[in-house]
Amino acid sequence: MTIPVQLLLKKKEHFERDEHHVPSDFHEELFRLEAEGEWVVQRVPEPYIEVATKYGRPKKIPVAGMWHHKSCGQCGHIPGYSTSIYWVMRRLGIDYNDPRDQTSCTAWNYYASATSNAAAQAAVALRNFSAAYETGYFPLIHCGTSYGHYKEVREELLHHPALRAQVRSVLGKLGKQMVMPEEIIHYSEWFYAMRDRIAAAQVLDFSGIAVTVHPACHYYKLVEGDAIYDPDIYGGQRTAIVTGLVQALGAEVRTYSTWFDCCGFGFRHILVQRDFTRSFATQRKIEVMKEEANPDVVLTHDTGCVTTLDKSQFAAQAHNKNVGVPVMSEAQFAALAMGAHPYKVCQLHWHSTDYRPLLEKMGIDWREAWAEFERDADKLRRGDQQFLTWEDVDA
Amino acid sequence: MSMLAYPGGSGRGRLEAVIDAGSALLKAPAVAGFADVPFAEKQRLVDEVMADMRYPDYLYGCYECGICVAACPSARFYDFSPRRIAQASAREDVELMYQQMEEDIWECSQCFSCVRCPRGNNPGGIITIMREVAVNNGLGSARKALEGYTRIIYKIMSTGTQVSPDMLQPDAFPDWGPEVKDVSENLDVWRRMLPPETMHTTSTGWDVDPRTLIELYLIWFETGALDMIKKVDEGLHMILEEVMEERLEEEGIER
Repeated sequence: MTIPVQLLLKKKEHFERDEHHVPSDFHEELFRLEAEGEWVVQRVPEPYIEVATKYGRPKKIPVAGMWHHKSCGQCGHIPGYSTSIYWVMRRLGIDYNDPRDQTSCTAWNYYASATSNAAAQAAVALRNFSAAYETGYFPLIHCGTSYGHYKEVREELLHHPALRAQVRSVLGKLGKQMVMPEEIIHYSEWFYAMRDRIAAAQVLDFSGIAVTVHPACHYYKLVEGDAIYDPDIYGGQRTAIVTGLVQALGAEVRTYSTWFDCCGFGFRHILVQRDFTRSFATQRKIEVMKEEANPDVVLTHDTGCVTTLDKSQFAAQAHNKNVGVPVMSEAQFAALAMGAHPYKVCQLHWHSTDYRPLLEKMGIDWREAWAEFERDADKLRRGDQQFLTWEDVDA
Repeated sequence: MSMLAYPGGSGRGRLEAVIDAGSALLKAPAVAGFADVPFAEKQRLVDEVMADMRYPDYLYGCYECGICVAACPSARFYDFSPRRIAQASAREDVELMYQQMEEDIWECSQCFSCVRCPRGNNPGGIITIMREVAVNNGLGSARKALEGYTRIIYKIMSTGTQVSPDMLQPDAFPDWGPEVKDVSENLDVWRRMLPPETMHTTSTGWDVDPRTLIELYLIWFETGALDMIKKVDEGLHMILEEVMEERLEEEGIER
């Protein structure tokens, strides 16, 4: 018998939300525990935008007043990622808080080395949430792994009273309250929810730019029901994050067959076993994208994915592999669309892949931009000024 | 017992031999290069895995459909299979689970693509627990896997951020291209050119408040996370303990 491939593929074109197959909403338990005095639930501040999650539950995304939970890998190795998030908010006149009272979620290390445990991980999460609550700002999580891990932590705390008791005891010794946000929100959800306002502030035409999107595993595979989906984007079969923003910016999104594959980061592998990371990132992702879609740029929305897909291409080029496409976050892409400086804001000189042909296609004079950056760098080298400020960046 | 006990010409059918080999049919303990331990010790370790509060949420049985393997990045490059993890756990196969703790678990990418499982299994989650047990008990695989990784553990536990700008050195990342050298040579100036004031740092990802760090140290002490380090690297544990206790003492904090 012939396998009805076309029939099977047609069935997979759309994800039909079924009201009889909807996972229970965690909010019921979240608020019940608050009513019983177990913790404080920090409400999503108004105004907010409601977007749909995988099974249709609406998720509130605040417009402003966010406490930026920064990412180790972004701040450390791809700083233009974080800077672009801030710059876009500032350009839109959005008030925010960039805290020093924040630690890493420590999940990169946990998934790499397991030198921690559920109680420690939950205590780290709630210490940060408590710190955010004290400021009155609402947590916005920059890293995909932090976001996915915090959702896992929330699930564990919701269902295990003994864990809550242990974490309460630890936080008590720190003088911290048990606080859980009403929603755990990833920065890319904010960019998605705000895509029309971002597009309204666009100054460059991106209609000639072809994009492939790598959806970050820890964004949508961990606690899948909490990720953003749209029936009109990939028929609701893939998260709408990143793609929805790129479409709003007028660029062309091209698909490729290995979209579900991870990037190859591996947590420990990227640091101590990169032969695996390089091989997977190039053979299963970049080469497939090049072969099937030939994009001008690869966009993704997580620390590890940008690092892996960008840095892995250099060695593959030595083997004449079909690689060589710039990689960045959609935050950097959106910032460029809104006229951000490619070096002072997007910090593309920290990236490995050659982004210059892309900038030329976008109509950005990267030679002049680099000359401006170097002039500012010289001011700092000479001691004329100590830091570059937001005002300098937009001058 | 392993397949090595059944050489090809033994007169017994190969299939029968494989079936007899039972739980050890997939890999032999000697492959990992670690000494074998008594069954009771293996049972104790497996019991520790199964006693984890998360374990019942990670395992619901196995259809043997292989969807997890098809989705798994590590399965493409290593002799590794999330299906074997789920099956060994579902069968409560002590020998095989011990073997996996000594051989397989550190190959997992922890991407959780395997949660695509139609039964709702989470092989990646089972591996997270198995790794924790491997660390907690100082298994050889954990010590080996974390060789060369200790500076990262030191960084995250002592500074509160996982990777820092000054880690970008050409000798550490020769495969990341010439930009790494550019970054390392211009690090101080390029960091001071970042407009967010919190990001002018070079030895941490951002500027973490000293009081915040003390709170983090207390979490490591109170939850036993610091004690876990002792099981895999006594030297690192000693350094971390000293750094943290010194800071707590300076602040007049008694534990």
